[in-house]
Amino acid sequence: MNLGPHAAFIVMSYAAAIAIVAGLVAWVMLDRRRLARELGELDAQGITRRSERTGQEKP
Amino acid sequence: MPLIDLANPSRFLALADRVLPWLTAATVLAFAFGISQAYVAPDDYQQGATVKIMFIHVPAAWLGMLAWGVMSLAALGTLVWRHPLADVAAKAAAPIGAAFTLMCLVTGSLWGRPMWGTYWVWDARLTSVLVLFLMYLGVIALWRTVEDPARAARVAAVLTLVGAINIPIIKFSVDWWNTLHQPASVLRLGGSAIHPTILAPLLVMIAAFTLLFLTLHLAAMRNEIMRRRVRTMLMLQADARA
Repeated sequence: MNLGPHAAFIVMSYAAAIAIVAGLVAWVMLDRRRLARELGELDAQGITRRSERTGQEKP
Repeated sequence: MPLIDLANPSRFLALADRVLPWLTAATVLAFAFGISQAYVAPDDYQQGATVKIMFIHVPAAWLGMLAWGVMSLAALGTLVWRHPLADVAAKAAAPIGAAFTLMCLVTGSLWGRPMWGTYWVWDARLTSVLVLFLMYLGVIALWRTVEDPARAARVAAVLTLVGAINIPIIKFSVDWWNTLHQPASVLRLGGSAIHPTILAPLLVMIAAFTLLFLTLHLAAMRNEIMRRRVRTMLMLQADARA
């Protein structure tokens, strides 16, 4: 594909867009991994929220 | 499932877990199709191949404004119904909206240099989009500054609704003032000014970006609910130790 005399601007635009989207995806995935680990650690320590405790007491 | 059931965070999480894989697949497919269409789209008779920047610049601008619209609706949910899921939706949308507004500014600058001869000019369209980006940063800073999520949500909701006035200013800035930025060419009275061979890939890319926003927003909302659970459990742990 011939991008003409302004190819560098087109390539830089798409590179910037890819970098921003990749950053967003990484932020969401890494955040989820960290939060799941923290929740797992708290669960392992026997910490439960009131709603969960209420749920366990119900028949 | 009745719609009101989704207001329960646990049910929302279960729904998000079911929907996200399908939404992700739809996003990937839409981008694959959109990029292939953009690749074969003809050059513009005036702008040449730089018109390909439009396929990411316009969807990014659309999402920058859409995210603020979502935050504004959520702000109403926070202030009127005081619903925690509305707080979650607003908080999760802010970084995503900021990122797409930044993408709009960067790609616009890179498009402006070869077409206008400058990366930046303080005209109404460019300045109002920069103001939108700064408002996103302000809202994100607010969420990070106020420790109590419910209080942060109310303050951020007020700022969001005040900032919503900027959205029509962005849209109509090119009509109200003399700007270097071109007038509206996709959504305008009398139909689109863009040739169908370029308009069709653009619309596909707008759909793909919108799906990407929905996917990221749903995933970020799921994370925010988990973050609040962690916070609650840490507070319970601290209470138990006290």
